[in-house]
Amino acid sequence: MEKHTLSVLVENSPGVLTRVAGLFARRGFNIDSLAVGRTDRDDVSRMTIVVEGDKPLIEQVTKQLHKLIDVIKISNITEDEYVDRELVMIKVAAEPSQRVEIMHIAGIFRARVVDLGSKTMTFECTGNEGKINAFEESLRPYGIKELVRTGKIAMLRGSKFVALSLAQAREAESA
Amino acid sequence: MEMTVAEALVECLERENVEVVFGYPGGAVLPLYDALYHSTRIRHVLVRHEQGGVHAADGYARVSGKVGVCIATSGPGATNLVTGIANAYMDSVPLVLFTGQVPTIQIGTDAFQEVDITGITLPITKHNCLLKDPSKLAIVVKNAFHIASTGRPGPVLIDIPKDVAQARISFKYPSTVRLRGYKPTYKGHPAKINEIAKLIGKAKRPIIYAGGGVLASNASEELLKFAEAISAPVTNTFMGLAGFPGDHPLFLGMLGLHGTRYANLAITECDLLIGLGARFDDRVVMNITSFAPHATVVHIDIDPAEIGKVIATNVPLVGDVKLILKELLPLIEKVDRSEWLERIKSLKAQYPLSYNRDSGLKPQFIIEQLWNCTKGDAVIVTDVGQHQMWVAQYYHFKKPRTLVSSGGLGCMGFGLPASVGAALAAHPGCKVVLVTGDGSIQMTIQELATMMEQGLSVKIILFNNSALGMVRQLQQYYCQGRHMATHFQFHPDFEILAKAYGIPAYTFRTEEDVIKGLPEVLESPGPAFVNCIIPPEENVLPMVPIGKGISETIECE
Repeated sequence: MEKHTLSVLVENSPGVLTRVAGLFARRGFNIDSLAVGRTDRDDVSRMTIVVEGDKPLIEQVTKQLHKLIDVIKISNITEDEYVDRELVMIKVAAEPSQRVEIMHIAGIFRARVVDLGSKTMTFECTGNEGKINAFEESLRPYGIKELVRTGKIAMLRGSKFVALSLAQAREAESA
Repeated sequence: MEMTVAEALVECLERENVEVVFGYPGGAVLPLYDALYHSTRIRHVLVRHEQGGVHAADGYARVSGKVGVCIATSGPGATNLVTGIANAYMDSVPLVLFTGQVPTIQIGTDAFQEVDITGITLPITKHNCLLKDPSKLAIVVKNAFHIASTGRPGPVLIDIPKDVAQARISFKYPSTVRLRGYKPTYKGHPAKINEIAKLIGKAKRPIIYAGGGVLASNASEELLKFAEAISAPVTNTFMGLAGFPGDHPLFLGMLGLHGTRYANLAITECDLLIGLGARFDDRVVMNITSFAPHATVVHIDIDPAEIGKVIATNVPLVGDVKLILKELLPLIEKVDRSEWLERIKSLKAQYPLSYNRDSGLKPQFIIEQLWNCTKGDAVIVTDVGQHQMWVAQYYHFKKPRTLVSSGGLGCMGFGLPASVGAALAAHPGCKVVLVTGDGSIQMTIQELATMMEQGLSVKIILFNNSALGMVRQLQQYYCQGRHMATHFQFHPDFEILAKAYGIPAYTFRTEEDVIKGLPEVLESPGPAFVNCIIPPEENVLPMVPIGKGISETIECE
């Protein structure tokens, strides 16, 4: 089954995340990952939702999402060229003697040290899913103490974009 | 104009031409009821249970075509609405519901009579919101009526904390609605309309499968013209009944689980299936692989999510049924379909609906007599169960909005309160008949008091088999006759019970009782209650067994 990345513009209103998450749960759609944040406009948020499923399922997800009054626009950006990123923070067990070796691995992935403990090192790393997975696997032998990973965020390549239409932008905030 | 939010709300309702609201007061809606006290234009109907209020608003909306309005207090008042909201959501009935909420500062503290009703009703409303900003009241109410009544209609709930209701605002009712995330498509895509016209031209055995969307878009007239223009038989879903004249030669009756055998066979034989405002429900389709196996499927619906949800569609078309049929009609070329219509005629002759009149008073007979007495000039409200299916099979609905029944949710207890709303919405002089069962009516029987208080002349026909007949029937077929918890060991004397409410009551035990008594009951002024004693072992037939295709029915033995 393929993964689809949906870029969804929603009203920045209370409960909108519950509406979307609830819809996925009760219709039996699986969310692979979900990232939410404000856009350049205060009244609009963007949800980047990764869903696993075949074409008819993704079509049904999209149509059901559209029925939510707070959902303004949906784009399946997987149908186009796009860039995507995830951020991970990994706290790895590191004896002082291992630090150089681990730093070397981090360098390969262009990860940065954000904290240092007496027996641990904490890295941040951004990239697409594959790179993040590879970084995680490289550190696993040393002992991962904690791992925090964001959902995927994504954007279309080139001059295409997922944004409000002029008419939508002009319309006052909804209830 | 400066006023409280509660006063502004009443003002909003008046601007939306609301004439009747159903409700039940309580602490959290005190400000609202205080504002209603001063309204001269809005009639408040005090129900006996909030579920009755929402069902009554639902019945009112189905008959009038307007938005039904219901008010309940916070906590239990709000939770009592839940079944009724789910019912309206499943059947796409436009409702606006107002619930009281504890004061803003107490929200989230498990305060007395606090419940998160917007959270609870999230999956069963078209939209809902908790009003936090008093200045938004007018916009929120305007949007609610717009959302409830446009596109695919549905219930909208607004939760208003008590302090918000008491806040003072400067009131201005918006003239337009601006919702950037909500723009229903009404006009059908011209290329698709052309494509459908061409498909119809080529089809040898077309059939129209019409659902509740035909009624919601007031497209009955267009449907009749369309069916006659393309010489195609019409079958209705349960929700679609009354959308096409029941005595028309092209009418096949209801299809599906308890549909007519000829409708189900016609579906199986057709080469073009035109779905109009219907959603290929599981009780219609039964077994997906054997549903209309030879047909090209055209699906016209205002809700894009319904298209392709259940079965693959060859030509999808999103839009309003009425507008689309209007555009489609001039494109239709006359095709001779006498062969197909002959086939339909012979199917009808070969497999008529039938029942044994061997012993006792048969429920089917009562419905036939009800039809004979009214000839379709009545609003028929039903509850849920066997009696509901017998109404669907044996009553020939003639005019739109004359059937009020719980389809999608199959909600026992809907009938009596819905009949209260239906009677308030029906034209003066129009008879309102409630056909109900002894199981269903006891779920909401308290609303007899509401009916009497409002002076409504509902004729109640109770099918009394001392059983939960539909479930008993299922147990007969699927549990080898182990009838668990489906026979009532105790019954009240319904005649005395009705009389306690001041309703003239009768008991019918024989066909003669019905032939003699029913016309009298229907012609009498005021309400009436008829307790019909029917055989408990009577089944709803035909019936498609679980897992079978719709052509494989169990017939009347």
